[in-house]
Amino acid sequence: MKARAFSYVCPATVAEALDAFAAAGSEASFIAGGQSLVPALALRLQAPECLVDIGRIAELRGISQDGEWLRLGALTRHVEVHDHPLIAACAPLLALAAPFVAHPAIRNRGTLGGSIALADPASEFPAMMLAVAAEMEIAGPAGRRRVPATDFFQDLYQTAIEPGELLVAIHIPVARPGHRCAFDEFARRRGDYAIVGCGVMLALPADVVNEARIAFLSVGSTPLRARAAEAALNGRPLDAAAIRDAQAALASDLDPADDEQVPAAMRLHLARVLLGRLLGKIAAAA
Amino acid sequence: MDLSISLTVNGVRRDVALDNPRVTLLDLLRERLDLTGTKKGCDRGQCGACTILLDGRRINSCLALAISHDGADILTIEGLAQGEELHPVQAAFIAHDGFQCGFCTPGQIMSAVGLIREGQAGDDPERVREAMSGNLCRCGAYAGITEAVLEAQKTLADAGRRDAA
Repeated sequence: MKARAFSYVCPATVAEALDAFAAAGSEASFIAGGQSLVPALALRLQAPECLVDIGRIAELRGISQDGEWLRLGALTRHVEVHDHPLIAACAPLLALAAPFVAHPAIRNRGTLGGSIALADPASEFPAMMLAVAAEMEIAGPAGRRRVPATDFFQDLYQTAIEPGELLVAIHIPVARPGHRCAFDEFARRRGDYAIVGCGVMLALPADVVNEARIAFLSVGSTPLRARAAEAALNGRPLDAAAIRDAQAALASDLDPADDEQVPAAMRLHLARVLLGRLLGKIAAAA
Repeated sequence: MDLSISLTVNGVRRDVALDNPRVTLLDLLRERLDLTGTKKGCDRGQCGACTILLDGRRINSCLALAISHDGADILTIEGLAQGEELHPVQAAFIAHDGFQCGFCTPGQIMSAVGLIREGQAGDDPERVREAMSGNLCRCGAYAGITEAVLEAQKTLADAGRRDAA
């Protein structure tokens, strides 16, 4: 099947992109790396009348550190998240998650901004935005604003980005030396969407956990933070009892549905196994 | 709307007037440039049969709109051999029976060339398998493919050392 016919514009600046989208009306769509949108077009799951290609907007590129914050342009490719030394140093959880994102050929084209704006609850990077406490910078006709990850993911494929607005950058607090992180997921085959995935970030000053942030993918209609599990860890040493309590707390954090892959109870079980492994790994390395 | 683009394909500049912005790089290669070595398997990024190198990196050409890649440098399976001399990856696929029906082979080989350029798998077969996981083979020639990639990587590294010496 071929995509439905569409018109195409390739603006050079964010302002031009917003104008082009506004001119096209509600039937426009932004395209960046195209790794989700192009197959959706080919299958006619989406059929915009106009594609606004943001791929050549220089302002949307680049990874830079400004004091306590790391700025990732929306066009940062998955492969850059995988390889870039600033990511490894300042946002290591993203580097840990990157090898699990699809396959290398997809990672060479797909963009971080595209993945986050799509907000697939089974994708790695949207969930990790919760774990690293990222803020999304959104540009629109009325100007720019920054939305914390906790307010950004609203429902299935629904984010704080309004029609006509564009995600331009992701801002992430730079990880401090005391921070620890870990990521893993269960999938039937490498590169498949995960049955369940989890990223953990926490601080361990004086061997007591604080600032624990635990984010899951593939457990609901949005990426989810496990706040009860976090509360079970904060203020305690990262020992077997704390880990067991955090695993138990997932029952109130997660309410997965049955689906064609696994029943809900198995997904919750796997989430607990995963969290136990990740916390155990962090504890063993501390 | 100006829909003409220029690409460098296998070292040769090609100017193409697209009749429609929905043409993918895969369709452009096969239907406009008659480079049918690049295969269309799933047309949705799941099988890897359409893998090419774009500006030196492997991509699925079915997931790339041609219009978005004006000025790009493209290498396809047709551009690998030097005349009658096969590229080391091609030779290794033959030596190790890295295929049966051959449909996925151009994508496998281009993906392997991309992988070797990335230089991240080393000589660990498990990492080679992981890095080649975006390329499916319905015949199940994976064991031979892994051996071929490892040998070709060694051949290319040895050749690189000879060139440097």
